[in-house]
Amino acid sequence: MILGSAIDIVEHCGVPRFYFVDFPLGNPCGKPYDQDMQRSIVLEALKLFNTASEARSVVKDRNLWGSNEWRQQYMEIKPEDRERMLQQGEERRRKRQHLRDIGHTRND
Amino acid sequence: MYDISMREAQPVQYMERTRLYYEAQGFDRAYQWAQHDDVPFTPLKKPLRESRIAVVTTGARYDRLMTDPRFVDSGDIDELPSHLFARDLAWDKQATHLNDLGSYLPVRTLQSLAEDGTIGSVASRFHCLPTEYSQRRTRETDAPEVLKRCQEDRAELALLVPL
Repeated sequence: MILGSAIDIVEHCGVPRFYFVDFPLGNPCGKPYDQDMQRSIVLEALKLFNTASEARSVVKDRNLWGSNEWRQQYMEIKPEDRERMLQQGEERRRKRQHLRDIGHTRND
Repeated sequence: MYDISMREAQPVQYMERTRLYYEAQGFDRAYQWAQHDDVPFTPLKKPLRESRIAVVTTGARYDRLMTDPRFVDSGDIDELPSHLFARDLAWDKQATHLNDLGSYLPVRTLQSLAEDGTIGSVASRFHCLPTEYSQRRTRETDAPEVLKRCQEDRAELALLVPL
């Protein structure tokens, strides 16, 4: 079973069971330091092991993050960032090519 | 108070967001996300209270760069680190942090659920499954390795918790 937050990616992939926590990527088991929430999320997720009867079973957790700005801000592209982003891309392609040139890759 | 705007918030469309982001960086080929027409399904063979659960994460026990070669790694649940490393992954670094292990690696939570009898036990190792650009590598090398380790630990269930 997957316990996670990127529902579009997981549904596109197709998995047996998915417990969906609609939080910013990084804390699928609950908000940091909120042990009660973490316990309730994991406990509810575990139920899906029993209740799912077929592949692609999805259940959404009822907890809320508490704000919604992050939905807009994640990987947001502002017009003033465009030039800088292109430069970042260039840099990344250069680094990647360099690593390929020196054979810094997995071989399995 | 009941907040309608929050209840109606739509999940972020990460594939679309990612495609636009890399397009803006000048990459001309969009990433092909894994997609399977046939999805396996196995009903539970034992009740939860008798089952052993293994935890799999995309975080790492050591700091790594996006460009480092990466391999399956496993840690002992009795020697949990204070946090995992994942600065190379695309979790939301603006909205949150990884300082609390319990918010993304549910080992301690599961241990307490084992103590009260909700589950049988927690497998003795948790596994760090590397994210890879190559789906073939994940499918043919890393996933079978994680499965092998879960079986060695006699885990019956696996909880995969990607960051």
